[in-house]
Amino acid sequence: MSQKILLDKINVPGIKTYEVYRREGGYASVEKALKMTPDEVVEEVKTSGLRGRGGAGFPAGMKWSFIDKKSGKPRHLVCNADESEPGTFKDRFLMEYIPHLLIEGMITSSYALGANLSYIYIRGEYMWVYKILERAIAEARNAGWLGKNIQGSGYDLELYVHCGAGAYICGEETALIESLEGKRGNPRIKPPFPAVSGLWANPTVVNNVETIAAVPWIVNNSGAEYAKIGIGRSTGTKLISASGHIKNPGVYEIELGLSVYEFMNSDEYLGGMSSDRPLKAFVPGGSSVPVLPANLIYKTANGEDRLMTYESLSDGGFATGSMLGSGGFIVYNDTSCIVRNTWNFSRFYHHESCGQCSPCREGTGWLEKVLHRIETGTGREEDIDLLWDIQSKIEGNTICPLGDAAAWPVAAAIRHFRDEFEYHVRFPEKIKNRDHFVAEPFEQVKHLVGKVTV
Amino acid sequence: MERKHYTQDINISPELMARIEELCSHYPEDKRKSALLPVLHEVQDAHDNWLSIELQDKVAEIIGIKPVEVYEVVSFYTMYNQRPIGKFMFEFCQTSPCCLNGVENLMDYTCNKLGVKVGEPTADGMFEVRGVECLGACGYAPMMQLGDFFLEHLNEEKIDQLIVDCRDNKITLHDK
Repeated sequence: MSQKILLDKINVPGIKTYEVYRREGGYASVEKALKMTPDEVVEEVKTSGLRGRGGAGFPAGMKWSFIDKKSGKPRHLVCNADESEPGTFKDRFLMEYIPHLLIEGMITSSYALGANLSYIYIRGEYMWVYKILERAIAEARNAGWLGKNIQGSGYDLELYVHCGAGAYICGEETALIESLEGKRGNPRIKPPFPAVSGLWANPTVVNNVETIAAVPWIVNNSGAEYAKIGIGRSTGTKLISASGHIKNPGVYEIELGLSVYEFMNSDEYLGGMSSDRPLKAFVPGGSSVPVLPANLIYKTANGEDRLMTYESLSDGGFATGSMLGSGGFIVYNDTSCIVRNTWNFSRFYHHESCGQCSPCREGTGWLEKVLHRIETGTGREEDIDLLWDIQSKIEGNTICPLGDAAAWPVAAAIRHFRDEFEYHVRFPEKIKNRDHFVAEPFEQVKHLVGKVTV
Repeated sequence: MERKHYTQDINISPELMARIEELCSHYPEDKRKSALLPVLHEVQDAHDNWLSIELQDKVAEIIGIKPVEVYEVVSFYTMYNQRPIGKFMFEFCQTSPCCLNGVENLMDYTCNKLGVKVGEPTADGMFEVRGVECLGACGYAPMMQLGDFFLEHLNEEKIDQLIVDCRDNKITLHDK
């Protein structure tokens, strides 16, 4: 049984309310932090090794230490609750069922950063969660954890929820800041980084919900204790949101270092494949990270057990690895059509591109168009190389990582499932008129392609 | 292509105005523009879930920014509607995890049942079906959003019942 530090109280009746949350020990980290210096709190987070849980995995304590304290400008903490990566729904779960944990984390983290005005930026589609957070913030304010002179410490903090309006790009931290300023979510060129010039050109730290929610435990128990959980540079626990062809979809808190095999097959977690069909592929970290075929899921290219860590999931680079990303764990059985799935993701990235950079604005559209014609049985053999060429010209050539996110799934699908693309091109009559997402189990028709280039 | 101009009655009630000012107070006094997205949500909810050009101009006036600053935001974000839409907008998530669980068939079923195509309101203006990108409910697929709420683990029976409940006015669209 993995240790739980975020969801350990999730089954306590009424934990959504301030009264129960406080009775269960809530807000203790604020009391403790207010007796420490802000730098001491930052140091604990650094010691913990906590890495940003939004996808990039950058060390949170280091990010905090970059904040410009010399400018004399107001500083801000902004929580990125714009959870929009396909396959990812963990932050919503946390905010919906234990909202005070995030608010406690926001207060403790804001104190560490010297911020007196902080925001939670939540995606507009989570409107009922927005209202849950607003109610919880009001409860915290009434109990004296927000406002002027918190608990007599002399520290002031105002905290508000701000809702977006349907744009995946606003999960990118500079686009999120633009949106928080009431503008289109166009990412900014970095540098300057937000720690120097962020919200209203003030020093700003943007952290994901799960990252901020881990801070109370770290302050209460010390960074050193947190660093004991997990393996190597993948310290602590991680929320994984699991979906697709598995018996038990949902949100799980795991200790980093758990094997992918155990996570996939044990009854404590996903419980194996639904309908007992064979496993074909999985995406471990949300739609933007590379898909891995069955032979690379449980073992790395070196034959070692694949673990749920930043390092093990990316082992061997994109040729044989993927990324932990946001923890959006999508599982595909043998009836899943990789080409149709890749087209679906490409449509998503085309739709969500802000249009600021030409390689992304045009390239995502080309990817979608070419994939669509292959998928619908009008593709040409050279289209597969054309797709490879287009994705390679998007990656690394855009202001923000959305371009990379659009390119990687296509590259991985061709790298690992080229034979399936070839099958689509050579046997279009097999593709047409099938039941939407359901493909023939590819193993049964693989021989038709001839040379298989996995 | 000619763009159709839609008009609507504008009604900024004292209650709505108070809520707008409260939202503006969440930001520094000289940063009222930051309240634009939340304010647009409130104004849209109070105006049959869409925003005419005239209404956008009114929002610009209230916040104290140029109309074009509102237009560029409304046209960028998918949750703002620039034309009248069906009262009950069924927004099906059409991204991969929902597709793996049959959302495409369910959209077809709903459209056939209502006699509409995706993106076209029913003749009585009651219903509309729309495909949207990932709504963050992948483990509970297939799903849709209706007003402020998520409806998960959908199937044909649930859709049938939902349509009946909408017609019987049993559905709350916004959690106030």
